[in-house]
Amino acid sequence: MKRRRTRAPWMLAVPAALALAFLILPLVGLLVRAPWRTLPQRLAEPAVLEALRLSLITATLATAICLVLGVPLAWVLARTRFRARRLVRALVTVPMVLPPVVGGVALLLVLGRNGLVGRYLDDAFGITLPFTTAAVVIAEAFVALPFLVITVEGALRAADPRFEEAAATLGASRWTVFRRVTLPLIAPGVLAGGVLCWSRALGEFGATITFAGNFPGETQTMPLAVYLALETDPEAAIVLSLVLLAVSVAILSALRERWIP
Amino acid sequence: MFRRALTLALPVLLAFTAACGGGDDKGGDATEAKTVTVFAAASLTETFTELGKTFEAAHEGVTVKFNFGSSATLAQQITQGAPADVFASASPATMQTVTDASLAEAPTTFVSNKLEIAVPAGNPAKIADFADLAKPAVKVALCAEQVPCGAAALKAIEAAGLKITPVTLEQDVKATLTKVTLGEVDAALVYRTDVLAAGDKVEGIAFPEADKAINDYPVAALKDAPADGLAAEFVTLVLSQQAKDLFTKAGFTTP
Repeated sequence: MKRRRTRAPWMLAVPAALALAFLILPLVGLLVRAPWRTLPQRLAEPAVLEALRLSLITATLATAICLVLGVPLAWVLARTRFRARRLVRALVTVPMVLPPVVGGVALLLVLGRNGLVGRYLDDAFGITLPFTTAAVVIAEAFVALPFLVITVEGALRAADPRFEEAAATLGASRWTVFRRVTLPLIAPGVLAGGVLCWSRALGEFGATITFAGNFPGETQTMPLAVYLALETDPEAAIVLSLVLLAVSVAILSALRERWIP
Repeated sequence: MFRRALTLALPVLLAFTAACGGGDDKGGDATEAKTVTVFAAASLTETFTELGKTFEAAHEGVTVKFNFGSSATLAQQITQGAPADVFASASPATMQTVTDASLAEAPTTFVSNKLEIAVPAGNPAKIADFADLAKPAVKVALCAEQVPCGAAALKAIEAAGLKITPVTLEQDVKATLTKVTLGEVDAALVYRTDVLAAGDKVEGIAFPEADKAINDYPVAALKDAPADGLAAEFVTLVLSQQAKDLFTKAGFTTP
């Protein structure tokens, strides 16, 4: 028997189509205006490759940091009860809605050379974070972490707690339960969160240019290169944008169907 | 019942808002003629805001709207069809982008600006002259060479025969200065006017090679200006003696 397909009523289909067009048209614009003939040699330019390499490395490092710190935070938010939990959850999501430039200023005021914490880093260890690749990773992790925490927390809430309870009654310690039962249970959620986190880190602009600055090979990621290219060479900016778009779409489409419910 | 009512009301509401939108567009022309839209380099923020007030005071019912930003960005926006009446840029090169697209009348140079070394208050790195910026321990911020202040900085550095490795190349002069104000860099090359505008948070150090990299600021009324006559009048104000006094006070050099 053939499964009946649902047809959307026009009241839903029309706005849905408009929404789709609204999201896709700008991307079409990029494709139409792209200088396809000169594309290969533009892509092979060392400056482009350098920015792309830096973007991929920093986004991956930022995601790793987010996984190490974010999964435990998500667990605490989903599985424990404490009084300030609501407030903590709200604070966790703040970087998602904060203008990234504000995030960059905040990071500069805390970790900068004269910052609250940065001052001591400088005095005691001679470490100054701004204008280093490490600063790029920090800026990216700052804006991307909430995406991971929220996704993983959702997965934890959706996971059946009875498996964990069963393991606990069989004598497993809490850490063992987390490692052997909870983590495999929410693995798809963690992966989905990681992908979202990585994509957000890859596209980070505001916090990076404010906190990490812009220097080729050191702190100039793809989004920064796009912005500066737009000043004098819009075609180069289109080419760079295309690369970012292609990377993001490839990653998201490969994982969306499979991992994000 | 409620859902039914909503189903019926929604298209009506949509049609109504659409009609309102259309009406606004039609009424727009009359009010638009009373607005002068000025695209000006970020370094003109303070002086042009002041001039805007003078202009509004002299023309009743006219509003001056500003779009301040990096000259290169503004030039791109104008060539992409942004509805601007007047363009004042921080370099002849960025103005040329607009004149090459035959969008502007003959531009006139109205001020010029000189670079200075900006250091945080108290000059923690003890910068004395231009050559100090080449020391490896000194953290320097420059404008990216794609924007006028960066192009000027490069010219000055070449004129002095120095090899300066900056820690960052910022997208405009204000962003570059901010890194000094926050004390994150030891020095930056910015315009004299920006040093003056920053007050006592930064100190300026003049250097002789700055004379080799003087930036001329051209201004022009745009050909497709929605507010045609007013655009020309605004340019006249920018070239007036009154404006000259204002610019000189802000640290510009007037021709």
